[in-house]
Amino acid sequence: MSTFDAAAMRRFVETFADRLHERREELTQLDSAIGDADHGINMDRGFSAVRGKLDELAVDDLGAFAKGIGMTLISTVGGASGPLYGTFFLRLATAFGDSTAASPDELGQALRAGLDGVRMRGKAELDDKTMVDAMAPAVDAYDGASGGGLGAALGAAATAAAIGRERVTPLVARKGRASYLGERAAGHPDPGATSTTILFESLRDAVAAS
Amino acid sequence: MKKLINDADAVVDEALAGMASAHADLIRVIEPNVVVRADAPRQGKVGLISGGGSGHEPMHGGFVGLGMLDAACAGAVFTSPVPDQMLAATKAVDGGAGVLHIVKNYTGDIMNFELAAELAQAEGIEVTSVVIADDVAVQDSLYTAGRRGVGGTVLAEKIVGAAAEEGQDLAAVTALCQRVQDNVRSMGMALTSCTVPAAGKPTFEIGDDEMEIGVGIHGEPGRERRTLGSADEITEALLMPILDDLPFGSGDRVLAFVNGMGGTPLIELYVVYNKVAQMCADRGVTIERNLVGSYITSLEMAGCSITLLKLDDEMTRLWDAPVLTAALRRGV
Repeated sequence: MSTFDAAAMRRFVETFADRLHERREELTQLDSAIGDADHGINMDRGFSAVRGKLDELAVDDLGAFAKGIGMTLISTVGGASGPLYGTFFLRLATAFGDSTAASPDELGQALRAGLDGVRMRGKAELDDKTMVDAMAPAVDAYDGASGGGLGAALGAAATAAAIGRERVTPLVARKGRASYLGERAAGHPDPGATSTTILFESLRDAVAAS
Repeated sequence: MKKLINDADAVVDEALAGMASAHADLIRVIEPNVVVRADAPRQGKVGLISGGGSGHEPMHGGFVGLGMLDAACAGAVFTSPVPDQMLAATKAVDGGAGVLHIVKNYTGDIMNFELAAELAQAEGIEVTSVVIADDVAVQDSLYTAGRRGVGGTVLAEKIVGAAAEEGQDLAAVTALCQRVQDNVRSMGMALTSCTVPAAGKPTFEIGDDEMEIGVGIHGEPGRERRTLGSADEITEALLMPILDDLPFGSGDRVLAFVNGMGGTPLIELYVVYNKVAQMCADRGVTIERNLVGSYITSLEMAGCSITLLKLDDEMTRLWDAPVLTAALRRGV
């Protein structure tokens, strides 16, 4: 597959929704250790809502498709994850515009726009121990590998996300409710970095299956 | 879990329906779970909106009415509302003079209100926001999400509500709200935990002889777990960090607010207030106004919080202005 189209986007969202549902308890457990014990519940609620509306949301126009996903997440997730993942998809939407097939470079630009949106919304930087610590290295790795095509770029992105998540596990959180815990947060994997890793793995696998 | 509920997932909806039917003269409840002042929108008046997770009643829905909020957005218990709610509230109360969002400092609340403000602005409504972050139990630094918004929120909603009611414009109302935030400090403590209906079990474990000093309004951990002390010792443990933080000193005039967390009777709150009054007098701080009662709660948690606001003449005048809401009413 050389371009990313609405069919790929649909498979990506279905895969991500399935995996969030399967790993709902695990994500909530991670969150109960250092946050407020609702990350898995909230993400599953939001992506189940997206999944339930896919026939309506999955139009050929990639921008409109991504916008529908973002708006649904913002309306259903709540907490901090709703605005963060919602903003990610809204920024993808703006980057895609009315395109129906994104080249590897165009998908890379869209992912970078999504990352910038998450950073803007959450005001988080690298090492704050948030989803940015998985997303930023994933987008960088994508850009570095996009010369090799979509599959190679997405493979590199998923690997980098997982490494980023592992890298910040020993750190103290500096954003969100986990930041109230200080040293007690060190050693616990970050729930947001974990769900973002699942996002990039789902994107990789959905495109590879095409 | 022993609660007066029908269905853990329907608590918020049923409570809002009850409020609407009890206070039909003051408020109406619109979808999605927004309490709106009955006579909104008021042409030419700045709209005032707040909101947050449910479970803190009477805040915020109980403060909707003349001289206070124009609308309040009720999230699930202890979970921030979503932007659709704040957008619906903003549109429902916009009388052409702009809308101020009063937001408590929690990561989720901040982001959801921010998104709603962007959406409202895209529809041509002028929106400003002030973040309340008054809990001295949390260290405010680059390395945390900052202080939590607690008791100061109630005082801000009353004072700023009066300013909007008398026709001050959006810039003035926003600046006043920021001034309240800059001059208010709070700290709370818990004797017992609370139980979120959907969770079904207590949020934290606490022994019969223990207390949590510096607790948040969602049962979040505080500064430290201590052996239970007397009311005077507890009052000192809460009030000293507040006095030293701003700091409040000799000659200052304050509003002292002793708040119940939901499971503590008024008789105990007055025992606490008695000590607050003594300590303020010892420091030369004049309590010019006060509020004693349960206004920002954590479900059935037993405990209290203390809030001090350094007053100026305008704040005092606005505090005294008429207010007519479900939970706070005087002067009308």
